[in-house]
Amino acid sequence: MSREHSGTVERSRLPGSTFLLGLAGVVSAFAILEAITRADLVDRTYLPPASTVLIATAQLLVDPEFLGHVASTMRAWAFGLGLAIIVAVPLGIAFGAFDRVYRASRALVELLRPIPSVALIPLAILLFGQGLQYKLSLILYASVWPILFNTIYGVHDVDPIAKDTARGFGFGPLSILRRVALPSAAPFVYTGIRVAAAVALILAISAELLAGGSQGIGTWMLLVGSGSVDRTLVYAGTVVTGLLGLAINWVLVSGERRLFAWHRARQAGS
Amino acid sequence: MTVTRAPRPDLLAVAGLCHTYGAGAVATVAIDDLDFEVGQGEFLSIVGPSGCGKTTLLRCVSGLQHPTAGTVTLHGEAISDVPEGMALVFQDYARSLFPWMSVSSNVEFPLSRLRLPRSERRERIGESLAAVRLDAAADKYPWQLSGGMQQRVAIARALAYRPEVLLMDEPFASVDAQTRADLEDLVLDVWRRFSVTILFVTHDIDESVYLSDRVLVLSRSPASVVADIPVGLPRPRDQIETKSADGFVRLRAEVARLIRPARGAETAGTSI
Ligand SMILES: Nc1ncnc2c1ncn2[C@@H]1O[C@H](COP(=O)(O)OP(=O)(O)OP(=O)(O)O)[C@@H](O)[C@H]1O
Ligand SMILES: [Mg+2]
Repeated sequence: MSREHSGTVERSRLPGSTFLLGLAGVVSAFAILEAITRADLVDRTYLPPASTVLIATAQLLVDPEFLGHVASTMRAWAFGLGLAIIVAVPLGIAFGAFDRVYRASRALVELLRPIPSVALIPLAILLFGQGLQYKLSLILYASVWPILFNTIYGVHDVDPIAKDTARGFGFGPLSILRRVALPSAAPFVYTGIRVAAAVALILAISAELLAGGSQGIGTWMLLVGSGSVDRTLVYAGTVVTGLLGLAINWVLVSGERRLFAWHRARQAGS
Repeated sequence: MTVTRAPRPDLLAVAGLCHTYGAGAVATVAIDDLDFEVGQGEFLSIVGPSGCGKTTLLRCVSGLQHPTAGTVTLHGEAISDVPEGMALVFQDYARSLFPWMSVSSNVEFPLSRLRLPRSERRERIGESLAAVRLDAAADKYPWQLSGGMQQRVAIARALAYRPEVLLMDEPFASVDAQTRADLEDLVLDVWRRFSVTILFVTHDIDESVYLSDRVLVLSRSPASVVADIPVGLPRPRDQIETKSADGFVRLRAEVARLIRPARGAETAGTSI
């Protein structure tokens, strides 16, 4: 019943030690990779030494041409994700808030959801060619689902006692939606956006890899990958992509912590 | 002692009230044919075994739930939706507080609909938080408080709303004995100052007698009225004097006797 102090318990779990352990893991993996390649256990053209990849990564991060490709991918990512939010959040609220619509939409949503976005790449190429529209449509499709789902369930599964409390004080359905259902669903919507952000990045790069185009991280990888036998740059590009994903997630997770402390505390307590 | 009760015009009437949850094989009859009236400004306590239908009764009276049969009338008009000027303090207080709002915003929440001037809102929030001794917690969040403190926030919110009818569902279940005594006197004080009509569900026999003008004893599930006992003890009441008076001791024995057969063999160990 009582949820007291749950917030403080959650926060006291030494974040410093987790970070150090994570760092130790990364350093060990790096050392093992380095040792394997330096001992010539594998062909260096397949797996260059970790230190070589690291240096190449550092050089890439200041290479204006490469950064241009990154910017292009990120523009498509941001635009697609933004569109997905604009489409999925209002739709999710409408589906979740009205019980009739909720039940009517459920079957359709469950039917469409399992289609993997990557499977739609050929269709998207047929429909939109290989330009920005093609990339955007894929990012949009992939990121709409997590946001839509989380919004629908967040809005639909609001605690009935919380809603009754507002109703008991004379609030009407619209006020209850605005002042109780939406704030209560907000952390779920946010989680949906966070998941969509990761999916959108994957889709952006996959789309570039599969259909070329003229700009983007995926396009750049195709170029450097086919240009020479040395894979160092491809590895370095992969590392940058990973770092990009990590950075996005880190920003969004810290935002989540700050905005929705109440939600974490509540979940930890129940 | 003379047992006299000032006649009060009826404010609220419950007639032939029945409520059944679900239908067919899974149907649960929660309330079976309840009849009673509550006078304007009256303090009515409702006692009955756990699960007998007290919460269901309060939900029907508050208009949050449509009874399957019977009516609740307020000011002579049948309630079909939530009426103006009524507040319910939920038994499930933790879930009825909004975790994304601070304590003072929670208390302010019902006031925001009343279009009160800012200064009056401030005043009411401060006053009711002080009354439940939570002024220091105004900027905290509900999930940072203990269960008893959360319960007091829910009470403060209802008090700040200044309803005409206040429905309280075991509002002091999670507080210690001293706080409970203080809150009892606080509710009595508010009741007198604002001439609120109060329906008060409790498991505590002493509390039911100490607070009220009448004690309504309900039967085991499905609830029906076993007895309607007038409490003629003089007011203002005092925790020590009233509770040691002969009249009080007699009344609590009477309520306890009425509840015992009602409780039956089913839940012999539970506190009522
Ligand atoms: N939403 C519901 N759906 C189905 N049955 C319900 C529901 N709410 C309550 N009941 C049933 O109705 C009966 C009365 O429940 P109620 O909560 O009104 O009892 P109560 O007197 O308030 O109990 P307590 O003293 O434990 O709070 C119980 O048998 C319960 O199982
Ligand atoms: Mg109850």
